[in-house]
Amino acid sequence: MMMSHFTAVLIFAACVSVVFGITQRSETRAMVKYGLYCFGLFVVGTIAASWAMALIKR
Amino acid sequence: MATSQAQAQKLAEANPRTARAYGVFFAGWVVPGAGHFMERRWWRGLLVFAAVVVLFSCGLAMGGKVYSPNAGDVLDILGFFGDMGAAGLYALARIAGWGAAPVQIVVADYGTKFVVVAGLLNFIAAVDAHDIALGKKR
Repeated sequence: MMMSHFTAVLIFAACVSVVFGITQRSETRAMVKYGLYCFGLFVVGTIAASWAMALIKR
Repeated sequence: MATSQAQAQKLAEANPRTARAYGVFFAGWVVPGAGHFMERRWWRGLLVFAAVVVLFSCGLAMGGKVYSPNAGDVLDILGFFGDMGAAGLYALARIAGWGAAPVQIVVADYGTKFVVVAGLLNFIAAVDAHDIALGKKR
């Protein structure tokens, strides 16, 4: 299966965030909030790191 | 040895919750989400199952490698332990011969990491189910 690197990041972030949310918090609301927080950090962190590497390469 | 087994049995009899908690952990280790299902956390179990299976399947579909037991490179040994975190899926992949092809493209290398992380996530989820069974977590 061929997929773009960004699609791979989204799938990875979604799956990891779901498990992190479930395992690291006790209340349903806190699980959802923490899962979304992790997902955001994964995606934003990846985009930031990508831009940093692109700028370093220049 | 016999004494420690007898002690463990006494402990299990004294606290059946502990013995059951190990069963919950084992079930969660073999089948993703099974530990949560045993604790009647249906949605959590379903989500853990979906997340681990999707990650593992995507890893294989991307051409990721499934590590076999080895005594070679340290990273290969760690990769094997990571894969073993999802014991049922790992056994299925090994029996079916999935993930045996050599990694030649970047996406396949990502796939290898997907498979390892799926195993590690499943291990975390199994420990979480164990904690629920012990009453440490709701």
